[in-house]
Amino acid sequence: MSNFLSGGFTAYLFRELLLAYRRRGDVVKPLVFFLMVSTLVPLAIAPEPQRLAALAPGMIWIMALLATLLSIESLFSDDFQDGSLQQMLIAPNLLAMPVLGKVTAHWLMIGLPLTLISPLIGIWFSLPAVAVLPMILSLALGTAVLSLIGAVGAALTLPLRQGGVLLALLVMPLYMPVLIFGSATIQSAVDGLAWLSPLAVLAAFLAIAVALCPLAIVAALRLSQNN
Amino acid sequence: MIFGIIGVPKKTRIYNSPLSAKNILKVENIAFERNDSLLFHPVDFSVSSGEALHIEGCNGSGKTTLFQLLTGLLQPSQGNIYFCEQPVDRCRYDYLSDLLYIGHQSGVKAMLSAEENLRWMSPVNTSSKQIALALVAVGLEHYADIPCYKLSAGQYRRVALARLLTTEANLWYLDEPFAALDKQGIEFIEYCMQQHIEQGGTIVFSSHQDLTKVAVRKYNIIGYSEAV
Repeated sequence: MSNFLSGGFTAYLFRELLLAYRRRGDVVKPLVFFLMVSTLVPLAIAPEPQRLAALAPGMIWIMALLATLLSIESLFSDDFQDGSLQQMLIAPNLLAMPVLGKVTAHWLMIGLPLTLISPLIGIWFSLPAVAVLPMILSLALGTAVLSLIGAVGAALTLPLRQGGVLLALLVMPLYMPVLIFGSATIQSAVDGLAWLSPLAVLAAFLAIAVALCPLAIVAALRLSQNN
Repeated sequence: MIFGIIGVPKKTRIYNSPLSAKNILKVENIAFERNDSLLFHPVDFSVSSGEALHIEGCNGSGKTTLFQLLTGLLQPSQGNIYFCEQPVDRCRYDYLSDLLYIGHQSGVKAMLSAEENLRWMSPVNTSSKQIALALVAVGLEHYADIPCYKLSAGQYRRVALARLLTTEANLWYLDEPFAALDKQGIEFIEYCMQQHIEQGGTIVFSSHQDLTKVAVRKYNIIGYSEAV
């Protein structure tokens, strides 16, 4: 790695994307889940535009949260099993950068596609046009926070092998603020209020998460070796 | 198959400090506690440049754990590890830069091809030619482009061991390098180890079989659960 600080970030980012491309069937699962729930909700509840529009901000955010949670569990488990994680941990470079690269790749595979198809979901839910841009922005920022926090949980539950339920329990409380401010951004836009302030809170969450989560992930990954 | 490696350029190995040539690695009474009991009797050895140390021990005596302690994946409950006469905590970057560890799980990705795996695990400046030559040397030239999950266990192992030809590290930790390999494979690894030692490298490895070509010193690790 040429540079002590940046070394690993792009390398791990591209490696993760290549690996994701090789098993694209697995990668699209959360997206399919997201789409399926969005088709089922109008069918199961009521096709009336007013009722759906009232549900939309919350529903879209709950689905994004669950889709991220479903996919985050496998973030480190393959590496843990095939020994790549060990090789990563004994690399001389700063570990936070490879970790950040992996999480960024996860966001590019889950968060970004969710964000990009969300206008379509907005149409299904009869979301007013004014709320589409706030929805896209809040999902783009919010799903990145979800990926970062989820990665901490995934790293902590790594040695348990069957850590799925524990992961959800660990991560859910930390997901709550993101969910609240994410759906508040869309709701404010629907109600014609200032939606920039809840969005700014989300951006602040992201800034904190980018700075702190990689450190927590690295510490948790080191702990995972000790079992 | 071995003859393929003649084309791989030799690497120069220079240690900075004249002191370091004596003891590249010194392990002082390290022990590891798991579930409130020690896993093995404290381990104490040193290895110098141009030397190979063969770690022997029964199944479950803690050989793999010892390698994890050496690489810093685990912290020893007691004792110290010195690299070139310095505690490893003080020279972590230098130590880890100079270290090659191939364990049971070697870090080969099943979804990537042999060539992609080797490229990832080799130093950044490794040329494509070096990688191709290394794959020829381990007999995988016809499998370079197919995903590794299609390879046999021995071939899978060979992908990881091809790193021995591309690495620039001087200190090799090989945990059971001969597992799953056929006769030629074992011969090849022995050849690599011999070359490495002749060039002044240092090897610590574990194995249940004796080497025929390489002169080694042995160290026996004794687990606490065994009758001594």
